[in-house]
Amino acid sequence: MKIGVLCSLIRKEEKLLFDAFRARGLEFIRIDDRELILDLHQRRWDFDVILERCINHSRALHTLKYFNDCGIKTVNTYEVASTCGDKLLTTLALIRDRVPTPPVLVAHTPESALQAIERLGYPVVLKPAVGSWGRLLSKINDRDAAEAILEHKETLGSYHHSIFYIQKYVEKHGRDIRSFVVGDETICAIYRTSPHWITNTARGGVATNCPVTSEVNEISVRAAKAVGGGVVAIDLFETTDGLMVNEVNYTMEFRNSIDTTGVNIPEKVVEYLIEVAKR
Amino acid sequence: MALCTECEAEIELDPSTEVGEIIQCPDCGLDLEVISVEPPELAPAPEEEEDWGE
Repeated sequence: MKIGVLCSLIRKEEKLLFDAFRARGLEFIRIDDRELILDLHQRRWDFDVILERCINHSRALHTLKYFNDCGIKTVNTYEVASTCGDKLLTTLALIRDRVPTPPVLVAHTPESALQAIERLGYPVVLKPAVGSWGRLLSKINDRDAAEAILEHKETLGSYHHSIFYIQKYVEKHGRDIRSFVVGDETICAIYRTSPHWITNTARGGVATNCPVTSEVNEISVRAAKAVGGGVVAIDLFETTDGLMVNEVNYTMEFRNSIDTTGVNIPEKVVEYLIEVAKR
Repeated sequence: MALCTECEAEIELDPSTEVGEIIQCPDCGLDLEVISVEPPELAPAPEEEEDWGE
């Protein structure tokens, strides 16, 4: 079996995945997206499957599209990366498949964004449509803050920051849930606890085990299917109306979740990759 | 043994180190990318970009 791993910088997750390949005696070829030259006319590649582990979303997106068009199976697919990499597209996919998710309004000018914020009611969370690790999220509690942030975004930001993705703030009471879906199964989940309203572990959130209840499993698998399936991590809010999906991540980080849950996540990913290769 | 590009501290790479991995200089704290393990070679790690993440 010929396996490619599309990556650049090697995080803890990639090392664990490499170890999982080696433990099974599987050889793999690293494809460094910094060195890769895509000849768009050259369509023949000798890979059974490629695991995408890029740190750059834009590179993942283009390279997956190219390989999928060449007929190469990838985990995840271009479709999944494209949908998960853009919060607007993720939310649309969740709404289409009736997966509970907080109210969202999108606007393209500071004036309409201010109207949208006031329509949703304070507080709201303003997010870049494309972005990760909790970067540049703004919790806006009142009109003064809204006006200031919108002006700053318009003045300082690239065009990406004039796509105003505005989500109704959901009170998390100090924690949210990150669940890990591989294929048709939620393999494990963690609580991410933080005194800050941003609970990403990349921003200091502390991971503890979260039992995979039938409710967690059902909503996680439905969210994964809505974005196209594969290997994804789902961020869930616990609300009085039940669980809601906040975001879906397609190059999931899991370094803090293996010991916490007792589940060998990289091994599960490699098992799934082999399954996809054999389809 | 590799040298930190900033403070020239001598850094020994762990045997499990992968090319492309980011390590931190124990002396000055600079993030360094492992360019080669044999022979060991380090370069300043790239700055975080806007589309980095998961």
